[in-house]
Amino acid sequence: MDLILPDFGLLIWTSIVFLLLMFILTKFIWKPILSSVNERETKISDSLALAEKTKAEMILLQSQNENLLKEARAERDKIVKDAHETASKMVEDSKVNAKNEASKIIASAHQAIEVEKAAAFSELKSSIAALSIEIAEKVVRTELSSDDKQKALATKLVADINLN
Amino acid sequence: MIMKSTVKSIFLALLTIFYLNVSFANSEAKNSTSHKEKEEFNVGEMIMHHIKDAHEWHLFGPEHGGTSIYLPIILIDGGLKTFSSSNFYHGEIKTSTDHKTHQEVEYLAGTGAAAGYAMFHEKIYKLENGTLSFEDGHVHGALKPFDVSITKNVVSLFFGAFFIIIIMGSVARFYKKNGAVAPKGLAKFLEPLVVMVRDDVAKANIGEHKYKKYVPYLLTIFFFIFFNNLLGMIPFLPGGANLTGNLTVTMFLAICTLIVTLASANGNYWKHIFATPGVPIALLPIMIPIEIVGIFTKPFALMIRLFANMTAGHIIVLALISIIFINQNVAWGALSVPMALFISVLELLVAFLQAFLFAMLSALFIGAAVEEAHH
Repeated sequence: MDLILPDFGLLIWTSIVFLLLMFILTKFIWKPILSSVNERETKISDSLALAEKTKAEMILLQSQNENLLKEARAERDKIVKDAHETASKMVEDSKVNAKNEASKIIASAHQAIEVEKAAAFSELKSSIAALSIEIAEKVVRTELSSDDKQKALATKLVADINLN
Repeated sequence: MIMKSTVKSIFLALLTIFYLNVSFANSEAKNSTSHKEKEEFNVGEMIMHHIKDAHEWHLFGPEHGGTSIYLPIILIDGGLKTFSSSNFYHGEIKTSTDHKTHQEVEYLAGTGAAAGYAMFHEKIYKLENGTLSFEDGHVHGALKPFDVSITKNVVSLFFGAFFIIIIMGSVARFYKKNGAVAPKGLAKFLEPLVVMVRDDVAKANIGEHKYKKYVPYLLTIFFFIFFNNLLGMIPFLPGGANLTGNLTVTMFLAICTLIVTLASANGNYWKHIFATPGVPIALLPIMIPIEIVGIFTKPFALMIRLFANMTAGHIIVLALISIIFINQNVAWGALSVPMALFISVLELLVAFLQAFLFAMLSALFIGAAVEEAHH
């Protein structure tokens, strides 16, 4: 029966010890432990937040870098393209120039040939004319050697004139 | 950890056997000194003797003539009287005839400084005309001086408080020295418990904004119960007392929770008691008494839960070990030791669980008392 009856002597001792213990623990033990634990927890959460922020910044930086890279690449492509264009244009230009030059040369050659030809022709003509005159002189000399022949010729010439 | 506690439990069980062996020898020694015919081993009496408070700390050997630490007795009886309890244990064994059952009852009459007092079942009475009278096996009519002795439980209480301060103090010192770093050693082991009480007990039940004020109380109550439960599991000095299985101690702890609850109760709490929202006015005469009784049944349940759990654990371990002595055959140890070992390991869990539950329910009651209306 006295197992379930309170013992006042023990009650007094328990209250003294417990209240003293609570005072000592609260003042000297729970306070430093809890403050350290709290401090560490805030430290950890701050560090995590910082890490998260840094990560976001990194991602931003990375995308920026990528953009920069893209731009650079585009620039390069443009430059290369321009160079190509310029080169091909130059080739084209020089081709055209060459063609022009060539045609010019050809034209002047033609002209020269024409001139030479004309000169040759005129020389030939004059030679032929001289020859013809010589030949004609000789023929005429032969033809006009007799009266008959002079007559026949005159007749023939008259006939020719009639026909004209 | 598991390995260690298993080894500890085996050690503990062996020591329990040793310890109970002593008490078996005790009852035999007592019997032979009183020249009675050899009695059967009384399990109930032995267990009750072990789970109750005493004025001595029995170490080993027979009860009379064995080695005990005799604790100081402090009486308030027309002034402060202090003397050693050996004045009773080594005092005079007197007999008196029970008025109702007409059987001879033995009690210890004090000698020396304790003259004029007698001890019966660890309770101290004032002798009247040099004798005590009994009725139905209880002391009848004798005055009881106010007994504030340093009993076995009080010494155990001191040990418990001492260990808490030493162990938690070393944890606090670690943080003071190292600042907010990752815990090491003892701090690594105990910090999760502190954080558990703060987060899962206080914050979860009392609420984000108000829990901080109650954390020291809940931590103290948790570690006080936990350490004393574990000390109770050790069958020899500095353990062996059944402090947290003592109704007086659990009553004090429950009263503390009741006081904290009532002191922090807000208007909303009292409104729920005296004008429960949503209850018709006609029902209030019934509801108010029920609610008022409810204020007290909650800590009452706390008191009974801890007391019954810890006492039951001690009784089961003792009873299982007693199988050997009931059968008077050491071969029964093959059955009783594994069973006692199993219960001892279970008790280690219960030691934690009951401390957690007490703190948890205290926080729950405080949480209900500080809760704001949310209708």
